[in-house]
Amino acid sequence: MRIEEHPILSFDKGRRVDFIFDGKTYEGYEGEPIAAALHAAGIMVLGHSHNKQRPRGFYCAIGNCSSCLMVVNGQPNVRVCTEKLQENMIVETQVGKGDLR
Amino acid sequence: MRTTEIAIIGGGPAGLCAAISAASLGAKVTLIDRNDNLGGQLIKQTHMFFGSQKQYASIRGIDIAGILMKDLDKYQDKIELMLDATVIGMYEDGVIALEQNEKYIKIKPQSVIVATGASEKFLTFPNNDLPGIYGAGAVQTLANVHGVAPGKNVVMVGAGNIGLIVSYQLMQAGINIKAIIDASPKIGGYLVHASKIRRMGIPILTSHTVKYAHGKDRLEKVTLCRLDEKWQQVPDSEFDIETDVLCISVGLSPLTELLWQQGCEMKYVPELGGHVPVRNENLETSMKGIFVAGDVAGVEEASSAMVEGRLAGLCAAKALGYIAADFEEQKNDCLDQLNSLRSGHVGEKIRSGLAQVTV
Repeated sequence: MRIEEHPILSFDKGRRVDFIFDGKTYEGYEGEPIAAALHAAGIMVLGHSHNKQRPRGFYCAIGNCSSCLMVVNGQPNVRVCTEKLQENMIVETQVGKGDLR
Repeated sequence: MRTTEIAIIGGGPAGLCAAISAASLGAKVTLIDRNDNLGGQLIKQTHMFFGSQKQYASIRGIDIAGILMKDLDKYQDKIELMLDATVIGMYEDGVIALEQNEKYIKIKPQSVIVATGASEKFLTFPNNDLPGIYGAGAVQTLANVHGVAPGKNVVMVGAGNIGLIVSYQLMQAGINIKAIIDASPKIGGYLVHASKIRRMGIPILTSHTVKYAHGKDRLEKVTLCRLDEKWQQVPDSEFDIETDVLCISVGLSPLTELLWQQGCEMKYVPELGGHVPVRNENLETSMKGIFVAGDVAGVEEASSAMVEGRLAGLCAAKALGYIAADFEEQKNDCLDQLNSLRSGHVGEKIRSGLAQVTV
């Protein structure tokens, strides 16, 4: 959900771009964190814990806690709370710990 | 290998002020930040600061970031900026290693000011890992920087300044705050913030904690309960609140990894947020030439972080021979400002913490 009205802030947004999350197309603003675009689209589950497969969202939103690791354009373990959204980015839920290529 | 005179790690309020102060004395500074912008957490702080004019009182944090950036611009020829650059190691020979654009870069500075800040603490209760349970600072970033609402309803855990301020700012963004709770019998934050919130009709429940979070793929409900004077759960005092967001604002931990790696003497001081470096009056750690400033040296307000940054910059520059003509005067001005920010009842905890680590 986007904040449309604010008494103090005005939000400078990039242009609207499409991106793909787990095979489906979504819209976001270029340059905003991937996690913000996903959250605005109502997607809170970004991954699952390794052992018990419990759902994981972001926690710190500033690149500290590693709760939001996803696969972005094929690269695993990307912190989507700080990684910036680009047009046609392919964002996927990560399964496992990710492989070195 | 690259070289520099003073490497400053972290471009938040402390690091920015350190860079300005050291560069203004003529030192060559490399300012490193892992984000693509400077300002640290100032960029999400829409509230006006307290303190005195010297610490930008009555100006909003977001605007202070702009003021500091302008000051920084004056010393462009002295300051090298490295953004999107994450320091990943500090080695015995004084070399700093960092990652930038997927490249491994080494820098050999003559001295270092570590101003890495702090990270949000967590709270233990069943299902505390459900999506929808976020750090209060995280929600502040999401709402104030990116313009995205964390959800429809929020229960805030922690009635310190961050919990109170973020609650108020979420209300400004049109988000419903169901309650603010705190385990302590007293509200920890400034009463001006608390009264503002109470006037809006939001309950601040002291002596309360989270017992349980409920939900399948995301938070749906929390069970809260009362605590007695010994901080133990009162039997049969549980009640539920339906909410899709729970914000955790129970303090910060200094981000001290680099100081540990460097071998700085550290001490556990709960009053300052956890393990913090032992330091002298000049903010130099037990390792010669390694200075600290801001939350990494002990969690406080951004106002004191800025003054500490200025002090560390002043002293690090002096150690390299860039001595301000009025050095003693400037240093005493910093120390006076810090004393005044830490004075009175609200500064009691900080003063007692600092007494344990200042040599």
